This record gives sequence, structure tokens and C-alpha cells, in this order.
Amino acid sequence: ETLLELSYLVAALLFVFGLKLLSHPETARRGNLWAAGGMFLGMLTTLLLHKTDSGTPIPMANVWIILAAIGVGSVVGWIVARKIKMTAMPQLVSFYNATGGAASMLVALLEFPNANMSNKGSVLVTLLGMIIGAVAFSGSMIAYGKLDGKVGDIRSGLMKYVNILLMLVTFGLAIWMLFSGQTPADLNWAIYLLMVLSLLYGVLFVMPIGGADMPVVISLLNSFTGIAAAMAGFIYHNQAMILGGILVGAAGTILTVLMCRAMNRSLLNVIIGAFGGGPSSAA
Amino acid sequence: MEAILQFFFTYKEAIFIIALSVFLGIEVISNVPSVLHTPLMSGANAISGVIIIGGIILVGHADASRLSLELVLGILAVIFGTLNVVGGFVVTDRMLEMFKKKKK
Repeated sequence: ETLLELSYLVAALLFVFGLKLLSHPETARRGNLWAAGGMFLGMLTTLLLHKTDSGTPIPMANVWIILAAIGVGSVVGWIVARKIKMTAMPQLVSFYNATGGAASMLVALLEFPNANMSNKGSVLVTLLGMIIGAVAFSGSMIAYGKLDGKVGDIRSGLMKYVNILLMLVTFGLAIWMLFSGQTPADLNWAIYLLMVLSLLYGVLFVMPIGGADMPVVISLLNSFTGIAAAMAGFIYHNQAMILGGILVGAAGTILTVLMCRAMNRSLLNVIIGAFGGGPSSAA
Repeated sequence: MEAILQFFFTYKEAIFIIALSVFLGIEVISNVPSVLHTPLMSGANAISGVIIIGGIILVGHADASRLSLELVLGILAVIFGTLNVVGGFVVTDRMLEMFKKKKK
């Protein structure tokens, strides 16, 4: 148990170290490898050392299932990342960001039935993890489609109000679930409704934003995925997930702002400006 | 006010971790040159794949003796998480490889 916590600390430190090296041209490649090493360590020790609350380790049958799933993901992820054309890389990053968001969404969705409704903090992180993960997933998929030329821009003045309304309804539902006092089983329909609303919001959020602004949006959605992972980390009290997630959330947000600045635009301009301005306003 | 203080006290460790990691995240990348924006974004994206640990724990708890919705979606979460991690790091490596060649 102590060994597991220690490995999470090492993994978290490797993330920080890797990110630091990644921000300097000459050390960037090494930084990426360090961060990957931290991730590998975290995955390996979780698989081998994680114990349930009752103290039993992960059963052998489950270990094999997990290894098979990791094997499938690794092979597909590796081959696609190696084979893809250089020009198609931005959309691939967006696609991988979407898969991360989907994983966060699914983890929060599946942990909801086990939630202790009297522990408001734990329910809150579960709901937030699902909402943010779902928005990152569907938003990144739309960004991927746009960069790949499969999805066009849809702009209309009405959309701004639809988006705001949808956001209010989504958070309203989440707050109601938090305070309704019902059991997770009673709220089963609500969690799925919340998922659908969040997915829809992600689509509508990215839809009106112009293609040239996509890298900025992907960076923003990337920080969403980080925050969603951190929320899931709070469900499991997992320090590596919390630290890694928040780190990406913060770094991603700053990176988004820096990218906007490099393009001589403000973040608000990218998100809001897209509703009013036509293609001519794109820098 | 009372409720806010109570909330802070209950979750003080979490709040400390959040505050410090936010600061750390901002500090670590604040001086990045703009040519590295995209690789850094891609690298951060790979790190956000830590959710894979949650997926492993989730499937680790699931009842593997029968095929349930929980098991199937959990396995899907692990596959998605691995895609994010492996794909993310490999893509970042390729970007940086290209970057190096260009500089030479």
C-alpha cells in the first residue's frame, strides 16, 4: 500500500519534470519520455499493488482482462500515431484527447452507482467528472472532424442562447441530483440524461468556432480532459490522477492563453467572437 | 459562511493540492517558446490520460465472471485511456522528431 502511494508520488513528479523539459526545445523529447515513464509506472503499480477497501488485490481474471484492453489500446494507438501523415497530426491529437475525455466520462458514469449520496463532495466530483469528460469527448470529436474537413462550421445568432440555456439546464440537473436526497439507483435515468446533455453541449460549443481557431480550442478541451481526470482522481483518492489532472488543467489553460496571444487574439474573442464574426474576422 | 468554512475544513487537503498544482502547472510552462506550443499541448494531452489508472481500478473491482454493462463499459474506458496515453506520447515524440530535423 505504501509502495503504491510512493510510486504515485514518483509518477506525479515525473509528470511535472517531463512537462518542464517539454517547454525547452533542446530537452523536449527527453521530457516526453520521462512523462511516459511516469505513466507506465503508475499503470504498472496500480495493476499489481492496488487493493480494494476490503483489502483484496485485483483478481487474476480481471488483471488479464485489463492487460488485454491495454494491449488493444496500445497497439492501435501506436500504429495510428506512427502511420498517420504529418499534416494530419493536429486532428489526431484532438482524437486522442477525445478518447481521454470518453474514458473520464465512462469512469465517472460507472462509479456513480457506488456513490455515497450523503457525501456531497464525492457526488459533486463524480458529476463534474462526467460532465467535463463528456464535453471534452464530444467537443474534441467535432474539432477532429473540422480539422479533417468532415464537419463544417455552423453559425447562427440563435446558437449563443441555445448554448447558454443548455449549460444552465445541465448544471441545474446536476445540482438537483446533488440535493435531491434520492439514492443513485433512483437517479439512474438522471445520470444518463446528464451525459446526453453534456455530450450535446460539447458539440454545440465547438460547432460555431472557426477552423483556424481549432488548435486553441483543442488546447482548451485538453485542459478540460485534465480536470475531468482530476475529478475522477478525487473519487478514488488517487494522488497521481489528481496531481496529473490538475497539472494538465492548469498548464493547458495557460497554454491556451499563450496560443491566443501568439495569434494576437483573446480567448474570449475566439469563443464568443465566433458567434458574431464571419470567416473574414478570422486572423 | 459557516457552511463554506465547514466545506473548506472537510476538503482542506484536496484544496491545498489543487491550489499548489495549479500554481505548478502555470509556473512550469510559463516561458515556453511558441514553436513548442503544439508538442507541449500534445504532451499534456498524453498526461491527461492518467484517467487510465481510474479505468484499471474500475475494471479491477468489476465482477469478471459474467458479462455486465459495467464490465463492457469499463473495458472500453481502459481501451480509450490507453489510446490517449500511448497515442499521445507517440504523436508527441514524432512531432519533436520532425522539429529536430527541421532545425538541422
